[in-house]
Amino acid sequence: MIKIDQECCDLCGTCVSVCPVDCMELKEAMLVIDNSRCNSCQICVRMCPFKALELVD
Amino acid sequence: MRTEYDVVVVGGGPAGSTTARFAKTPANSVVLFEKDREIGVPVRCAEATSIPDLGRFVKINPCWIASTVTRARLISPSGQAVLLNLPANGAVLHRRIFDHDLAQIAADQGVEVYTKADVYKIERSDRYWRVYVRHLAHDYCLKAKIVIAADGVESRIARFAGIRTQTVLKDIESCAQAMLANIDVTAGQIDFYFSSKWAPGGYVWVFPKGDHCANVGLGVNGAHFDGRSAIDLLNAFISEKFPDAARLTCVAGGVPVAKSLKQIAVDGLLIVGDAARQVNPVTGGGILAAITAGNIAGTVAAGAIDQADWSLKTLKEYQIEWDKGVGKDYSRFYNIKEWMTELSDPELDEIAELLHDIPPTEMNILTVFKVALRNKPTLLFEAIKLFAKMI
Ligand SMILES: Cc1cc2nc3c(=O)[nH]c(=O)nc-3n(C[C@H](O)[C@H](O)[C@H](O)COP(=O)(O)OP(=O)(O)OC[C@H]3O[C@@H](n4cnc5c(N)ncnc54)[C@H](O)[C@@H]3O)c2cc1C
Repeated sequence: MIKIDQECCDLCGTCVSVCPVDCMELKEAMLVIDNSRCNSCQICVRMCPFKALELVD
Repeated sequence: MRTEYDVVVVGGGPAGSTTARFAKTPANSVVLFEKDREIGVPVRCAEATSIPDLGRFVKINPCWIASTVTRARLISPSGQAVLLNLPANGAVLHRRIFDHDLAQIAADQGVEVYTKADVYKIERSDRYWRVYVRHLAHDYCLKAKIVIAADGVESRIARFAGIRTQTVLKDIESCAQAMLANIDVTAGQIDFYFSSKWAPGGYVWVFPKGDHCANVGLGVNGAHFDGRSAIDLLNAFISEKFPDAARLTCVAGGVPVAKSLKQIAVDGLLIVGDAARQVNPVTGGGILAAITAGNIAGTVAAGAIDQADWSLKTLKEYQIEWDKGVGKDYSRFYNIKEWMTELSDPELDEIAELLHDIPPTEMNILTVFKVALRNKPTLLFEAIKLFAKMI
């Protein structure tokens, strides 16, 4: 699953724009991931400008 | 807030405010929702644009302009600089003021505006949309004839209408930018650094906002990611070029360098600006595109409400106008971007050398492209492949 470092996240939405399964959303000033739909492709991890995302077990 | 509107605009950036302004007539109702607490903030933008082009859509307020720009310097990996004069006056804006004023202009026409208003879902119901908004801890459900998806790079609203807006890796730049103070900048000049050292598959920009202040940022192409993220690269660049700088802001952002979405109109919904991937794919500039598209989308939406037909039949006029205007140029630029992002550092240096002989006044993106074509058979081959794709 993808872990979000909310302190690093700048809420820019880049991850939301690239997530192929549409499991990420910016909700009331917070990034939310539906990990049940996440396929661990890590595209968001790679694209996050501020390194706020990480793949964890 | 009413329970029914003719047009609901989602997003208070240049695309949303411009669409709202042109959609509003004395006979209809238009509302704009922005999820952030303030229009124009945060500024995720290097703020450069062309003043005469902007002036075609809105009366320029001098307060928007932080500095004017007359020339650009392109710096190759080995440090060779190519100077080009800009054909029209450019400017680095204060987007904080600019975006705010665009919303105010819409409001002056009678558009209702709400901030801290997050549209989290839309649902089709007969010929209408049910729009779900959360505003100051309350949930509202409104009925709308037309929804404008101007929700920026995230572009989630159009997905509720079944449109796939996701961008593939090679079509997005992951960006970081700081506004630096206490630095030396050349007035009137914007700098671009091309090098895989600083910005793989993208570039670094230095856009002056004042005498000792500039937006300094960079974009990394998603397909060229080498383990260094945008913020790492930006820190490295600033440490080397501007070691004494103070950082007044630091923001992240994504820039789509894609083709505009194939479908930007459906029954009762138009997609505008970054949400529709309406960005110049070579430069990453999207302010003008957002406003150009907003002008068309707003006008078409107003006409549709007036004729009481907001089906695709009427709304597709927006798609047609975009595709034959700016959209057509941008799909040509897309092929140039595809070629440019693949250039190696030695190839970039070689091009810089060739460009030395062209007078700055004749230099623009197409000349650069043509010179590169004339002088490099392998590139010619590449380019022919690209041109072939265009037909
Ligand atoms: C680092 C960087 C540098 C750039 N530099 C330049 C440049 O120098 N020149 C240039 O021309 N362009 C530049 N751009 C591109 C430019 O910023 C965008 O193209 C432009 O802002 C697009 O306008 P827009 O209205 O489509 O989207 P935005 O300006 O992103 O506005 C979208 C708005 O919608 C709101 N929103 C999103 N979802 C919802 C929701 N569900 N409910 C309510 N509100 C919502 C967002 O909060 C946001 O305010 C840059 C972009 C970046 C990231």
